Amino acid sequence: MKRRHLLLLGATAGAGLTAARAQAPREIEITAQRFHFTPNVIPLKAGEPVVLLIRSLDFAHGFFVPDLNLRTDLMPGRVVRLALTPKEPGELAFLCDNFCGDGHEGMDGHFQVT
Amino acid sequence: MQRRDFLHLAGLGGGAIFSASLAGCASAGRPQDNFYFVQLSDTHWGFQGAPNPDARGTLPKAVAAVNALPRQPDFIVFTGDLTHTTDDPAERRRRMAEFKQVVSELKVKTVRFMPGEHDASLDRGAAFKEMFGDTWYRFDHKGVHFIALDNVSDRGTTLGAEQLAWMQAELARLDPDAPLVVLAHRPLFPLVPKWDWHTRDGDQALALLMPHRNVTVFYGHIHQEHHQMTGHIAHHSARSLMFPLPAPGAADKPVALPWDPAAPYRGLGWREVDVDGGKAERIEHGVNAA
Repeated sequence: MKRRHLLLLGATAGAGLTAARAQAPREIEITAQRFHFTPNVIPLKAGEPVVLLIRSLDFAHGFFVPDLNLRTDLMPGRVVRLALTPKEPGELAFLCDNFCGDGHEGMDGHFQVT
Repeated sequence: MQRRDFLHLAGLGGGAIFSASLAGCASAGRPQDNFYFVQLSDTHWGFQGAPNPDARGTLPKAVAAVNALPRQPDFIVFTGDLTHTTDDPAERRRRMAEFKQVVSELKVKTVRFMPGEHDASLDRGAAFKEMFGDTWYRFDHKGVHFIALDNVSDRGTTLGAEQLAWMQAELARLDPDAPLVVLAHRPLFPLVPKWDWHTRDGDQALALLMPHRNVTVFYGHIHQEHHQMTGHIAHHSARSLMFPLPAPGAADKPVALPWDPAAPYRGLGWREVDVDGGKAERIEHGVNAA
């Protein structure tokens, strides 16, 4: 392959990376700690892809979004990445679904999708 | 005179009768001996707080009420959350021991205990097993099969592959027409997933039960009566003996309803299940202040 072609390919790849970076989903950090999520009310836009970066500080909590049938375990010391794209405006509840003690029943929050 | 007739004549002692088929006691063509059992649930021994200013007195009142029944039940079942949760393993055992002491006053000595997540989730059932025995088991009584499930020792509220395999093997030994009562703490169906009122793999348990034509489930967890069918399977939840919770999905969170001084013990209670020929009758009792 000629050097000119290599340069063209490199430029294309570079442009692709730049475009991908520009379109990278917004990342939202969430912390789980007995017996609350921080933040626990999270604004989202319908159709906007986001990535949740969720970490637990103290317990193997769960993170469950019932309306999306989406859940994961949160092992302390590890960051879990969850991608989601809300389809329409409204409220999407999330909660800890691993029993974590006296206060577990109130460990929840919601996405406010506009 | 049948016991049911007696109860009607006697005005139930504060209870209310509801009839439902216990699926198949008659249709199976083999009449069973009449009997009844009592279900108590969600006693949360060790709870302290404004939702029940008589936290140490409510369970003893229910024990006294059961002891005062004119004919004693064949057995009594506690469907979980015997104690309120604590992080302290020693305190958990102390609460369980105290609970056992209180219910040892029951005249009926055949008592079946089951765990709730408050008893078992934080230590995967270790203390419960020490104090009460197995967390899942099966027994038969006068022609009716009973299967007690544990959907709480796994803190993720699953029955798990081992228990499901055991359940499948046990069910395979039963006549699919025989009456079958399933006992559980949490609902096996997705009642309110956003409140964690479900069993994560409950659909697998229900699939195993579907070939059995006469299944009734009695459970606790939601601190109120609720009645629902999934296919031909009837599910009946019981009231708590500590505090009531909101109706399914009717509030932001499933947190205890406030104590009403004008109507103390409102929403608390226990039930009899009368197995009489082709029917099971639920007789629901409140807790009386006296």
